Amino acid sequence: MWASSRRGESVFRGLTTGSGVLVVASIALIGLFLLIQAIPSLLANQANFFTSTEFSTGDPDNLRFGILDLLVVTLKTSILALVIAMPIALGVALFLTQYAPKRVARPFAYVIDLLAAVPSIVYGLWGILVLAPVILPVNQWLVDNLGWFPLFSQGNLPVGVRGTIFTGGVILAVMILPIITAVAREVFAQTPRFHIEAAKALGATRWEVITMAVLPYGRSGYIAGSMLGLGRALGETIAILLVISASTGMQTLSLFDGGYTFASLIASAASEFSQPLPTGAYISAGLVLFVLTFVVNALARVVAGGKVNG
Amino acid sequence: MAKRIDLKDVDIYYGAFHAVQSVNLTVAPRSVTAFIGPSGCGKSTVLRTLNRMHEEIPGARVDGQILLDGENIYDRSADAVAVRRTIGMVFQMPNPFPTMSIRDNVVAGLRLQGVKDKKKLDEVAEASLRGANLWNEVKDRLDKPGGGISGGQQQRLCIARAIAVQPDVLLMDEPCSALDPISTLAIEDLIADLKKEYTIVIVTHNMQQAARVSDQTGFFNLEATGKPGHLVEIDDTEKIFSNPTEQATEDYISGRFG
Amino acid sequence: MSTALEAPDQPASSPPFQPISTARRLKNTSATVLVALAFLIACVPLVWILVEVVIRGAGAIFSADWWGRSQSGVNPEEYAGGVYHAIYGTIIQALLCGVIAVPIGILAAIYLVEYGRGRLAKTTSFMVDILSGVPSIVAALFIFALFVSILGAEQSAFMVSLALVLLMLPVVIRNTEEMLRLVPDRLRESAYALGIPKWKTILRIVLPTALSGTVTGVMLAFARVIGETAPVLVLVGYARAINYDPFEGNMASLPLLMFSEFSNPEPAGQFRIWGAALTLILIVMIFQLGASVISRFSAIQK
Ligand SMILES: Nc1ncnc2c1ncn2[C@@H]1O[C@H](COP(=O)(O)OP(=O)(O)OP(=O)(O)O)[C@@H](O)[C@H]1O
Ligand SMILES: [Mg+2]
Repeated sequence: MWASSRRGESVFRGLTTGSGVLVVASIALIGLFLLIQAIPSLLANQANFFTSTEFSTGDPDNLRFGILDLLVVTLKTSILALVIAMPIALGVALFLTQYAPKRVARPFAYVIDLLAAVPSIVYGLWGILVLAPVILPVNQWLVDNLGWFPLFSQGNLPVGVRGTIFTGGVILAVMILPIITAVAREVFAQTPRFHIEAAKALGATRWEVITMAVLPYGRSGYIAGSMLGLGRALGETIAILLVISASTGMQTLSLFDGGYTFASLIASAASEFSQPLPTGAYISAGLVLFVLTFVVNALARVVAGGKVNG
Repeated sequence: MAKRIDLKDVDIYYGAFHAVQSVNLTVAPRSVTAFIGPSGCGKSTVLRTLNRMHEEIPGARVDGQILLDGENIYDRSADAVAVRRTIGMVFQMPNPFPTMSIRDNVVAGLRLQGVKDKKKLDEVAEASLRGANLWNEVKDRLDKPGGGISGGQQQRLCIARAIAVQPDVLLMDEPCSALDPISTLAIEDLIADLKKEYTIVIVTHNMQQAARVSDQTGFFNLEATGKPGHLVEIDDTEKIFSNPTEQATEDYISGRFG
Repeated sequence: MSTALEAPDQPASSPPFQPISTARRLKNTSATVLVALAFLIACVPLVWILVEVVIRGAGAIFSADWWGRSQSGVNPEEYAGGVYHAIYGTIIQALLCGVIAVPIGILAAIYLVEYGRGRLAKTTSFMVDILSGVPSIVAALFIFALFVSILGAEQSAFMVSLALVLLMLPVVIRNTEEMLRLVPDRLRESAYALGIPKWKTILRIVLPTALSGTVTGVMLAFARVIGETAPVLVLVGYARAINYDPFEGNMASLPLLMFSEFSNPEPAGQFRIWGAALTLILIVMIFQLGASVISRFSAIQK
């Protein structure tokens, strides 16, 4: 009596589930196919993949490549970006959720979101042509006065070259600022009212309300947002490629070195992807970058513990 | 048309939580049955099992038999969608579909079941709106959004929407609790009309309302929070309100309820 | 901030309100200053970039041939030609990507909100987060590894679109998901109670209710992928002339044009780079503004 055709239902359900599965599969496939393409080159590699600082793929019969320098440059730029962006993003998020009047909070937040809409190549362009000349004297001052400190020692680039890791880190900081801010803003705004009112009822100043109620509640979200920003910084390609100059010298601890990150190295070689073995060398670098961002993003999700989406 | 409902040893669960225990009752065709009882005793839960809305909640489960004119609506071969076409429901909060006009709201059920004939749809829309005592108030603005009328009108629109698919049974969960007294009276009059064609089950917190509109009243109770709710007694409304069999019922309707 | 009022007939020793200690007040004030300062600092690069791009790019985009010509036959040092071919490439690559990513993204979001239960749904949701963190260069390498190296496809604009799909999907999914969750359950329930099957309820009641939010999300997703540079570097060559066929041959796009003009030492190269940057930002802004306009027409009362 109540039997009816369930075809539409099962077709539609199948389509939606299939799309979900496709997302899961795409991640698995990325890992799988990068690995398939990387293995022959890794086997032909004459140098140690993890400890070598070389990356020479010109002669397919004598591939010598390793990721040590790439890792060092990637970490130096990303961590510098994080160190700059985290406190500013915290301030901006607090400003937007706790200080700015409701009327202006939305347009102000929109302004910050616009930062995320600027294409990375425009950041790169602005970074090397506009910002770098402005930063150069700062570079020089730091080297001259604080050069004894390893981070600020003269790097492996000739004096006067603008495209340093320092400049790259500053650009990255601008680029990840809206990501961290967006996440932090969302969790700070979710602070339960009664926590805030409890603190206010004790006669707390605005800042004390923040330290008593808002920050404890939002800390994990803020950290998660910072990790999302880190993930973005690790993989940023074109801005870094345009900003940071290549360098033949050794990587030091200095922020005034030049060099390649994983992403910028791959992009710099992209026009020469013709022979399988050299290409595979770059793909193995891409695989490492994939694993790195996977781990960082997975950690971000764990830290957030369901409070954050995105 | 109107059908008879029998519940036999119905137990209802939300996951591991046993919400309602062994309910047995019968609802006659073309009658109004009211469910009353304290909050949380499971009235809505029972009502929602009557048209298989209960199973939309993850982990929800029903044991026992619910028969509509002798056919088990939980039978393996029964399709929940088809069951709901036969047993309509009106909710506590009026909830017209916000993207649709008044007319489209009324015929939404039919249209989505595949009826395309515009003339037929217009006829049904008018008949249902008349049936819900709303026609005169909205006939000049059928193309306006369904959310743009008063709460009481919206609720009657939802009733029109429910009867447009010509169900055999209408379930109503506190249909007047969000409405003012005038709109409430309008709905109560409507229920008296609808009774001629439909079997109606209504949940209400308003004892006078139960007394005014229903032929039969069931009193649900629960011994303590966390314990399952159960049906204390069900009988003619007149009897329940004048001379109930159980002491608990008497206490509840006379307001001596702890 | 509470300040003690001067009340003449009250003993001076017990003011009506306890004033806040100077140390606490100082801390509060300096925090306020720092927080406002952070916001101002954050605004500096945005304003600076926009001003710089507008000033340096305006000359180009108001030049006669900018919107209607390609760079075909233009010498590096000439201030001539336009970016018509690159605009076409940028738009067609994004559109092809959208044709694939939007339906899949919406379906996947529907799966997550309406059907997904248990392990598979949890995994999917997790992988959406991971996918949104995949760097564009990795997405490009993956498409290269799969389609070009293994399946032997030629590099083409369509390959770029495929890489962009991976970047667009998570944005579409997350935005749509959020909008679907805002649709109140009572709408779904009242549709079910009319005997409307679940899939029709979703397609005809839930999605239309969430429509404006979903469209907003799609626009934002377009804004995100339209400026991506890494995929075009890996997956398609630059062409100075227009190529209408996304499935074959080299094709320009605004980011690729900017990148290739970078190696042009002539001042005319700079002219084109900044012009293209301004053009790209204008296109992105159109999508951004469109998104925020559409989001006002929401059917959901919050
Ligand atoms: N979705 C749900 N998941 C788990 N438990 C539920 C759910 N809905 C209701 N319950 C529980 O089932 C019991 C019965 O709830 P129900 O809503 O049926 O009560 P009610 O009699 O309709 O109350 P009220 O008069 O307040 O509407 C309650 O203990 C309630 O907490
Ligand atoms: Mg209830």
